[in-house]
Amino acid sequence: MRDLTERALSTATVRGATYADVRIVHRVDESITVKSGRVEGVASGESEGFGIRVLVDGAWGFASSHRLDGNEIDRVAADAVRIARASATALRHRVQLDDRPPAHGTYATPVVEDPFAVSLETKIGELLAADKVASSVRGIAFTESTYAAMRSHTIFAASDGSYTDQTITHVGSGIETNAIEGDEHQRRSYPDAGGGWQSAGYDYIRGLRLADHAGALSEEAVELLSAPQCPSGNMTIVLDPSQLYLQVHESCGHPTELDRVFGTEASYAGTSFLTTDKLDAGFRYGSDLIDIVADATAPGGLGTFGWDDEGVAAQAVPLIKEGIFVGYLSSRETAPRIGRQSGGAMRADGWNRIPLIRMTNINLLPRPGMSLDEIVADTDDGLYLRSNRSWSIDDRRLNFQFATEVAYEIKGGKKGRLFKNPTYTGITYEFWRSCDAVGDERSYVMLGTPNCGKGEPGQTGHVGHAVPGARFRNVQVGVGKW
Amino acid sequence: MNEPNDAAEWLVLAEEVLDLAAKGGASQAEVVVQADDAALTRFANSEIHQNVAESDARLSLRFISGQRIGVAATGRFDPAALKALVETAGAIARNVEPNADFVSLPGPGPRPIPDLPGAYSAATAEATPELRAEGVRAVIAQADRAEVTAYGSFATTTETITVANSLGVRASAARTWSQLITVSMGPGGGSGYAEAAAVDATTIDAGALGQEASDRALATVDAVAIEPGDYPVVLDTYAVVDMMDMLGYLGFSALAVQEGRSFVEIGKRVGSELVTIRDDGADPAGLPMAFDYEGVEKQRVELMTRGVCTGLVYDGQTAAHDGVRSTGHGLPAPNSYGPFPLNMVMEAGTSSRDELIGGLERGLLVTRFHYTNPVHPKLAIVTGMTRDGTFLVEGGKIVGPVRNLRSTQSYLDALAGVSAVGRDRRCLKGFLGGVVVPAVRIDSWTFTGATEH
Repeated sequence: MRDLTERALSTATVRGATYADVRIVHRVDESITVKSGRVEGVASGESEGFGIRVLVDGAWGFASSHRLDGNEIDRVAADAVRIARASATALRHRVQLDDRPPAHGTYATPVVEDPFAVSLETKIGELLAADKVASSVRGIAFTESTYAAMRSHTIFAASDGSYTDQTITHVGSGIETNAIEGDEHQRRSYPDAGGGWQSAGYDYIRGLRLADHAGALSEEAVELLSAPQCPSGNMTIVLDPSQLYLQVHESCGHPTELDRVFGTEASYAGTSFLTTDKLDAGFRYGSDLIDIVADATAPGGLGTFGWDDEGVAAQAVPLIKEGIFVGYLSSRETAPRIGRQSGGAMRADGWNRIPLIRMTNINLLPRPGMSLDEIVADTDDGLYLRSNRSWSIDDRRLNFQFATEVAYEIKGGKKGRLFKNPTYTGITYEFWRSCDAVGDERSYVMLGTPNCGKGEPGQTGHVGHAVPGARFRNVQVGVGKW
Repeated sequence: MNEPNDAAEWLVLAEEVLDLAAKGGASQAEVVVQADDAALTRFANSEIHQNVAESDARLSLRFISGQRIGVAATGRFDPAALKALVETAGAIARNVEPNADFVSLPGPGPRPIPDLPGAYSAATAEATPELRAEGVRAVIAQADRAEVTAYGSFATTTETITVANSLGVRASAARTWSQLITVSMGPGGGSGYAEAAAVDATTIDAGALGQEASDRALATVDAVAIEPGDYPVVLDTYAVVDMMDMLGYLGFSALAVQEGRSFVEIGKRVGSELVTIRDDGADPAGLPMAFDYEGVEKQRVELMTRGVCTGLVYDGQTAAHDGVRSTGHGLPAPNSYGPFPLNMVMEAGTSSRDELIGGLERGLLVTRFHYTNPVHPKLAIVTGMTRDGTFLVEGGKIVGPVRNLRSTQSYLDALAGVSAVGRDRRCLKGFLGGVVVPAVRIDSWTFTGATEH
């Protein structure tokens, strides 16, 4: 591939680029969906192409193509330069990149059992077995079990001499079960809504043991149909990791993206309340118990890699330390504007997308002291909320509202009856400041989402979140009328 | 053969793959090719900060052996890659359980699929980075005039979709779309939005959109807090798109009804007499599309007529389940979500914008919603935030901007409360397709929270 990357960089430089990088990406994927006892779809895909990013006169240009040959590389490199020159006609600040040593080397996701080597029959069989258990419960309207795997091989080369070769493997699987009666539709899912995902091999899928959880899941979905409506009011809530990871994602991950802070997502996903005047100013994001780190080296995370998509080595960047805001997710372009080096968070959704600042693995660190069960036992009166059902947050990442699939009443330190349709809402920093218990290593689990949307044209990011459970006080629960 | 360059050449390639599938033992087969040439110029802080282009193509094969189905896709078109594709899809089909709901791929329709000349614009297909930059500069000039800052994007896309199957379906066409969105932001927290979508990029008046967004940003400076609660509202067109998207997502799919998760019951009144919604791939006011991803001509489907549920969109499988013909709303296989209305149109009313607002004794004018998500899908209860222009109206007049609010609202109740519909409509980009919508006035909308801006 070196001949192709060198041709791309040479053409771009000759045409006037002061900086250029090229990514050649080959991606394979497969997916299986089993719905209500039958195989709904099995698909296999392959994609290959390259993208060239250039700086000309301080302005960005990017062009890409699926035709991987020398002539097309010349055409696309020239197109990228032309696009950059058009960008320069509406430019007020020339782009400056931070200095970093050229990147060299290889990285591959550690995989015990190659998911692409496991037989289709085995994969389908495990989904059908789980689905059969879930469907057998009286009152279930439909069930869906899913499996997916993808592997990306990326060659990155830049005009500063960088050349890296990475192979990333992601797998995910889960089951959801649905009970419907009249206007009531209740869903339960495992390991969380959208399935469990990691950078790993098929060994992770086997470890999920979907069939072992399917029966109880369906019984709970049916039970929810006749469960009382979740009460409203200001309450203590304990969030299971299957909900807390998305709370971290929406109200800690996205607001710390430095491109949002600088406005480059303003017209689409929005900006951030976390303006740069709050950095190094002691801004209290959460209680003393809150330590959040963006860790691209965390084992198993969907945001784990060797280098980001502009050749910055994977690293762990503290974002919140003992409740105080201390850092951003950043890039080579944005970090120098706050006097720092890139934290290595530039990631692209394939060869045809430009890298953007994306979450890596945004992890809420566990606190020695109490297990999640002990937190529940320590709670006199409250709710235990599990598995996300709905999410929404404003364009500066302040006012959020989440719904979960189920709430369990906590009375006298014990989990009791179910409530249906729970929701809770708050303001980001007020919510995190109200946290008075974070679980220890025993509930700390790596979860993640393969469908984080950002950017125009749209990009789907795979991001990880390792979280324990946690407790929050005086939270507004029960929103809306039905 | 060399990689195809146009719709006719893609059809030839698709037929070659069908031949390979037949030789590989397929009892039926379908090839779908999606080829895109897309470019997007993005701006923020009144300068271009991203500027991208892509040339992509993807061929998907649905290989059917009795009722066993395998799907494989590739972005490589050399003979070895296509041979491997057929082998992969065939191997999947041989290894899966039969799909008892599968009856057959669709056959050719009763008439040839007509061309939709209004679906394609050479001006969009040939749009240059310089043309997009010119549009961006026009937006920025309006922001500069108003002393606010411009953000947004200008996209131009050509999509060539080709469908061929072993029963004789042959459909191939190129279509174009363009979209310009902009947010203007100013001191004092002012923020305003404007958007347009069109088949022909050169019909988008970038300067006018820049002015609209900038004027709105100036009008929202120093917004004041207002108590959440129930208010009558006027939803501007940008906010109505969200309602159409959610209703399409939650209810108008035949599969949603078959699975019992939809609010739709044919003949049931849901909306007021003023609400008529259809899906019409041929409407030149939208972003036309002649056929679906199964090669079936798109039918005009009356989804809601004067407030009463009157229709659903179908793909091949859901149509077979109900014993009807597909309406031409299939998405690419495999697709567990079912058919989708990609060209929703809400019928215009008779009210001017001033008349809509004039009908509010005390209420809110909402420009758009942000990050909405269903809370209770079957009741179509949706939560989300207002954004980029929320105003208090008293005595039929806008009296000033208010800080953004969170709503948690049943969109069905909202349809029932529609008391006036605007006579002017916009073509906008929805969740998956083009949407044509007017502004509406609704008797009551539930706001459940507030934010700081």
